[in-house]
Amino acid sequence: MSATTSGPGTTSGRGTTSGRGTTSGGRPTTRRWNAPLLVGAVMVAAVVLIGLVSLVWTPHDPLVTDPLHRLQGPSPAHWLGTDGLGRDAASMLIAGTRVPLLVGLVAVLISLVLGVPFGIAAAMTRQGGAGLWLMRWNDVVQAFPALLLAMVLAAVRGPSTWTAMVALGIGAAPGFVRVTRAGTLQVLSREYALAARAAGRGPLYTAVRHVLPNVRSMLIVQASVGFALAVLAEAALSYLGLGTPPPTPSWGRMLQDAQAFLYVQPLLIVWPGVAIAWTVLGFNLLGDGLRDRLDPRLEAAA
Amino acid sequence: MSTLLQVSGLRVQSGPRELLHGIDLRVERGERVGLIGESGSGKTLTLLALMGLLPEALRATGAARLDGEDRDLLTLGDRASARLRGRRVSMVFQEPMTALDPLLPVGRQVAEILTLHGFAGGARAARGRSVELLDGVGLPDPGAAARAYPHELSGGQRQRVMLAMAMANTPDLLLADEPTTALDVTVQRRVLDLMREQVARSGTSLVFVTHDLGIVADLCDRVVILRDGAVVEEGPLDRVFSAPQHPYTRSLLAVSALATDARGRLVTVVDLGSGTTGAVSTGAVSTGAGMTGAATAAAGTQATGAVPATTPADGSADAVVVTAPGRPAAPQPGPHEVLPDQAAPHVFNHLPGDAPLLAVAELRRTYVRPHRIGRATHVQAVRDVSFEVREGQRFGVVGESGSGKSTLLRLVTGLDQATAGSVRIGGREVVGTPERALGWLRRTAQIVFQDPMGSLDPRMRIAEVVTEPLRGVGADERRARAAEVLDAVGLPATALDRYPHQFSGGQRQRIAIARAVVTRPQLLVADEAVSSLDVSVRAQVLNLLSDLADEYGLTLLFVSHDLAVVRRTCDTVAVMNEGRIVECGPTDQVYEHPLHPYTAELVAAAPRLRAAGA
Repeated sequence: MSATTSGPGTTSGRGTTSGRGTTSGGRPTTRRWNAPLLVGAVMVAAVVLIGLVSLVWTPHDPLVTDPLHRLQGPSPAHWLGTDGLGRDAASMLIAGTRVPLLVGLVAVLISLVLGVPFGIAAAMTRQGGAGLWLMRWNDVVQAFPALLLAMVLAAVRGPSTWTAMVALGIGAAPGFVRVTRAGTLQVLSREYALAARAAGRGPLYTAVRHVLPNVRSMLIVQASVGFALAVLAEAALSYLGLGTPPPTPSWGRMLQDAQAFLYVQPLLIVWPGVAIAWTVLGFNLLGDGLRDRLDPRLEAAA
Repeated sequence: MSTLLQVSGLRVQSGPRELLHGIDLRVERGERVGLIGESGSGKTLTLLALMGLLPEALRATGAARLDGEDRDLLTLGDRASARLRGRRVSMVFQEPMTALDPLLPVGRQVAEILTLHGFAGGARAARGRSVELLDGVGLPDPGAAARAYPHELSGGQRQRVMLAMAMANTPDLLLADEPTTALDVTVQRRVLDLMREQVARSGTSLVFVTHDLGIVADLCDRVVILRDGAVVEEGPLDRVFSAPQHPYTRSLLAVSALATDARGRLVTVVDLGSGTTGAVSTGAVSTGAGMTGAATAAAGTQATGAVPATTPADGSADAVVVTAPGRPAAPQPGPHEVLPDQAAPHVFNHLPGDAPLLAVAELRRTYVRPHRIGRATHVQAVRDVSFEVREGQRFGVVGESGSGKSTLLRLVTGLDQATAGSVRIGGREVVGTPERALGWLRRTAQIVFQDPMGSLDPRMRIAEVVTEPLRGVGADERRARAAEVLDAVGLPATALDRYPHQFSGGQRQRIAIARAVVTRPQLLVADEAVSSLDVSVRAQVLNLLSDLADEYGLTLLFVSHDLAVVRRTCDTVAVMNEGRIVECGPTDQVYEHPLHPYTAELVAAAPRLRAAGA
């Protein structure tokens, strides 16, 4: 990342453009920070920080039930009140940060590991027709709902954080395949890819040394958006009981538990809802900001 | 004559940076003014400022008065300047494909310009008038052309449509921004003739922006030379071109004409691109040669004082200088031949009893373009081409776009698979050999591409870029080889750890050349290697190629659409047209006495600087 951010800003600009190149005014200079990027980064950082803090400290033990003080409103002792079993809602919310983050991270990694090689392979074998078949398979996977896959996996292996990760990772992979393929085709059309062939380098070298570095920024953006989707999907799975099993705290299941007490203590449904919305919004903003910041077209111009 | 446009003190600012430093420009009625400058000189910016089309981030100050308007062009505001545009002032852009709306028939687009500015007589009459206008710019079957979409027309035809649109309301001033740069020379010639005829007929003044002095010499009455956002010289064409005052003008003329000094090297302008100040010191210019070859003798004495930028710093420089005028063991020139009528294949540049380095025989490349419905179309890019190149030759291939010259290069370098025929380099066959087994070819033949922006990976350090062709070499030796080859192309070793975007276009092309020679190939293939460079840089890169060819004993296969460049660089030239070589022979003979009508047309169409002096 650091190499990426230090690069394009130092371009000397129009003095170096070729005679045939565009001469219409100055290019928009790359901004280091834009509003969505800044806000998104702060929001995500807050979530990650809370997740890290929860590893060592929560106001109360989120697993201890206290039936005598159930369904209380916010108070100095219980900042966000207590749930139907008398557990501290604030502690559960804080502890519940870990699972979505973990699921998001692993799911995105799975998507990357599956999607990037397939995408590059699909682009590189386009001439031979194999690329076409890879993409049709990709369409089939994309058409298969990730939630359904999660249900199947949960039915086979039993619901767990792992099944959620794997299902979401596989479900999001086709998107990564598409993005990678599009970026790879762009790189392969450039003369430096041709020059690598003229230098006697094989397709593997081109994929690793030319394609990967040049599609990296697109993938970072895609990963950031994928993260947001994974957080949302994890909450949905937990809500359905297909995700992380009890008693590990999770926002999705907090929603489900709170549903029973909707008319008694409606605040209980607000807290996890806000947490999910905050996280998803944060990652989406981050993705948008990164897109503006790392726009591949701007980089190509640099 | 009365003054139509008077621009004084035009400044354009981008934030704190000033891009134009007070441009003064006067255009008389009916006058044709050439605005000349290299990239970054501010010539396009000047036009955009006059049209009120500057990007939002830029601010223009100064004064620009158009005769008959009370208000200053620069302070008109969007609405008022939009009323002026297309009616009194119009513009033709460089790339007609992007300047035309791809979703509208061109006739509608012409009619729109008419109705927008109060054409009386309704839509039907406007359509009729648009067909007349298209007829006026020489489009065959103007009725059908009016119904055509931009992509259905050729580049030259699109530019004619643009011209029809620009001239639709007989404007007082036509601004043309490199309108023919994207066109082939023969098409360029016709479009320029048309433009001259159109502006003459309607008494329109023309401001023609270009980097090509040859075009200006043909077209304009007066020239204005821009550099780094300032006017360095202006005056009548004949005066400026025959007796340039400013050193920059002198050197620009010299490099544009590809003038040579006493040692047969191309005259270069040292550090022309790096200066940010308006003025050039006389010392920075290596020669004061005029544009005609006659002045080169005088230039020689001056040139000996200045060391050309491309000369390597080490001892090899001497060797280059000594051998430059007549290269040692210059290969015997091949015969001058033209494509025979009969179907029998003809091997060009063939000397009996001589083993060529490169032998191409009946090479054919057919592209199959699948059609959505019906049969696929076959495009014959290269049609039964046979020629030979002997070791040490500098073989040029000229042709227009679509002539198959680039395809030919890719076939020769094994980057594309031939449909039929054979390519033998050093006796070994390229055609049909799988890419994995072409390792020997990569060491024997290397290629330099046209676009130094696109041919260097923006994510790679120069050391990695340059050593890419080296296989099985340790890290230390890689670095040493990279430094050595960078030195040979005149770049410091500090370049090794930098990224391509930190270099100028000419420097990038040097890097691309360094990558090509790092394996010490026998055959260096250059695909339009100087076509995207500024003229001041072009001479340096050509000299570099020439030096390297001597130093490394390279055989050059040099493809270009620019006839003048090929003439200076190559000893033998082949002319390609529609996938065939139509003529081939020693360069001077082919240029002086073309045998094939297509060659004659090509040579006649090329804009020539020396015409200005006459």
